[in-house]
Amino acid sequence: MSEYSNKKNEEFSPVHTNKVGGSPYTGVIGWIDNRLPIFRIFKHEYLDFQVPKTLNYFWSFGGILMICLIFLIITGLALGMHYKPSADEAFNSVEKIMRDVNFGWLIRYAHMNLASFFFIAVYLHIFRSLYYGSYKEPRQLMWLLGITIFFLMIATAFLGYTLPWGQMSYWGATVITNLFSAIPLVGEGIVTWLWGDYSVGDAALNRFYVLHWLIAFLIVGIVVFHVIALHIVGSNNPSGIEPKDTRDTVSFSPFTTSKDLVGMLVFILIFVAVMMFAPNYLGHPDNYIPANPMVTPAHIVPEWYFLPFYAILRAIPDKLMGVIAMVSSIAILGLLPWLDFSKVRSSVFRPIWKQCVFLFVLDFFLLMYVGAMPAEGIYLVLGRIGTIYWFAFFIILAPLVSIYEKPLPMPQSINEYMDWKKKGKIKTFNFTG
Amino acid sequence: MKNILKILIIVLIFTSSLNSAENKTKLLEPNWTFDGFFGKFDRASLQRGYQVYKEVCASCHSMSYLSYRNLGEKGGPEFTKQEVKAIASQYEIQDGPNQEGEMFMRPARPSDKFVNPYPNINAARVANGGAYPPDMSVLVKARKGGADYVYSVLMGYTEDVPEGISLEEGVYYNKYMIGNKIKMPKPINDGSVEYTDGTQATEEQISKDVVAFLTWAAEPHLEERKKTGFKAVVYLLILTILGFVIKRKIWLRIEPKV
Ligand code: HEC
Ligand code: HEM
Repeated sequence: MSEYSNKKNEEFSPVHTNKVGGSPYTGVIGWIDNRLPIFRIFKHEYLDFQVPKTLNYFWSFGGILMICLIFLIITGLALGMHYKPSADEAFNSVEKIMRDVNFGWLIRYAHMNLASFFFIAVYLHIFRSLYYGSYKEPRQLMWLLGITIFFLMIATAFLGYTLPWGQMSYWGATVITNLFSAIPLVGEGIVTWLWGDYSVGDAALNRFYVLHWLIAFLIVGIVVFHVIALHIVGSNNPSGIEPKDTRDTVSFSPFTTSKDLVGMLVFILIFVAVMMFAPNYLGHPDNYIPANPMVTPAHIVPEWYFLPFYAILRAIPDKLMGVIAMVSSIAILGLLPWLDFSKVRSSVFRPIWKQCVFLFVLDFFLLMYVGAMPAEGIYLVLGRIGTIYWFAFFIILAPLVSIYEKPLPMPQSINEYMDWKKKGKIKTFNFTG
Repeated sequence: MKNILKILIIVLIFTSSLNSAENKTKLLEPNWTFDGFFGKFDRASLQRGYQVYKEVCASCHSMSYLSYRNLGEKGGPEFTKQEVKAIASQYEIQDGPNQEGEMFMRPARPSDKFVNPYPNINAARVANGGAYPPDMSVLVKARKGGADYVYSVLMGYTEDVPEGISLEEGVYYNKYMIGNKIKMPKPINDGSVEYTDGTQATEEQISKDVVAFLTWAAEPHLEERKKTGFKAVVYLLILTILGFVIKRKIWLRIEPKV
């Protein structure tokens, strides 16, 4: 076990819930809290909870994701009251929501664009973790839970996109479910089983609807674990140095809350602007054509947030290998805490790894671009280069850089880090706010 | 390192420009009143647009998600109640069964959906040389380029077909249609309709009016959306600034300053 796990246990001693009493509150709240310690827990975890004082706005994305998730569920519930999961009625019911349901257009556009913004936030959240080494000891489990959430997000988003039963819904579903047929021997059987029929149709749509809901709530469950774990290991911070005592930290409220609020408001502002002025910008026009099994669209493209992985799928000539590559391109993130064994967390002090991470981000955009293009000629070449770098980043660069890189001199504490930064001894994003 | 980044970015930009260069002709982009942050429909234009739809397009294209009552609703052409009733009653729809178990015809009411020109898709195909005139309810949102694209297609018919393109019977050349071949005969010419409000019925004017109407049909809450959106953005902007000021104040409490 590491030094952290022991230390943390002493510092933040758990609330004793096994006898009545012990509440810091009086009156009705105290009476309830003596019997059901929710107010104590809330105070302990959200008011007094100690957070490194160096957190920059990249740390707002966790909270932003939470807000996205809550609003996705609320708008989803509202949509679910009017939506009809049948091949004949799905498209009509969505149009009815857009035209006749009170504020239906707002609810639907909100749900649609929230899905996109959920992914924008999660990508920034993951980038934050990569750049500042948040995946390292003792936060490996948080990282793994995060990747589980990401997989579930992909599943829900994909299933949700099929529901309006437009051309892209239908053909996207056909292409992606067909990937299972690449599995040797049982592949075809699995596909038929998934469809509940011999093609994507009514049966598939119905179960996609059920699963879209189910997985959304599974995400909520895992997010709870993710957050509980966070409150055990504590937040990482841009310096990557663990706080030693309360001189290095601030209390969650009002410091983190006020800062997160600013981050959230900016995010919401951008979201609302896109939703109200370009609600279909992030979507595909073909999805306003009702699904037609007889007409294949010229280009079948997934939503923008799947494009990098779609590019990896298509970079590999063999279907089965392509599917394996696509799934492992995400799963491999889970190995990072063990592939990168540098003792230094933050890229601020890792001159080489920092460049590798920047290139990785660039690679992500390259693959995203390639994923939107036909899989031929120059795009195929670029897609393959991108795929190679993607995997090399984890399998080759992470361990090699860990071994050969010479980290920059490190301050001893968070306070010293801030001091160095003020004196210009540390070069990093000017993003502290 | 910086250089590698630069090279990669240049490669990205280069390949993306390659792609857009091979892409088709640039669309016509008239100034739409409904574009931009304060976008609004021009009522008179929507009303004329409905006239064009009714007199020209409706003989081939259905618009099955719209009801006659929509024509009188806020944010649309805003015909008066009487006008909507009069419009609806020009159409006959099948209703029933009545007490005797018979289907019967009656004049349409405002609550009825727009009457389809053809009984089914196949009938529409047969009547149009094998091509199905797509339903127009969400057509503008179903095409890349939206209103600009539809307008461009309407204006994109030319007499001088480029060399090397052969057109079969019932197929027409169009500069903007995907593949440049369209099975819709040029629907709009100067004077295709007769406007009663004194507007010159030029090809451009008619096309603009009908496209405005189709945009409203695809997005009947556009005005409400933009109006609410503008208020929301202003409100959030103020809230964000306030939040930032408060945050600054709170963080001043700790030393050294972050
Ligand atoms: C004679 C019947 C007919 C009339 C009248 C007609 N259309 Fe069409 N339209 C068609 C057919 C058929 C197609 C399908 C063409 C194809 O797929 O090649 C079509 C397709 C279209 C398209 C889609 C092009 C695309 O990108 O797929 C638009 C836009 C359109 N029509 C607009 C109009 C408008 C606006 C009017 C009225 C001013 C109108 N049409 C009148 C028959 C008609
Ligand atoms: C539904 C999606 C998610 C929600 C709601 C969520 C929520 C949160 C919250 C509230 C925090 C604390 C605030 C912060 O540090 O930003 C957090 C931290 C963290 N998340 Fe997530 N998260 C989600 C997805 C993910 C994913 C997909 C990953 C990685 C693949 C991930 C990895 C992490 C890590 C490693 C931390 C701790 C980082 C640190 O403290 O520096 N999360 N998450």
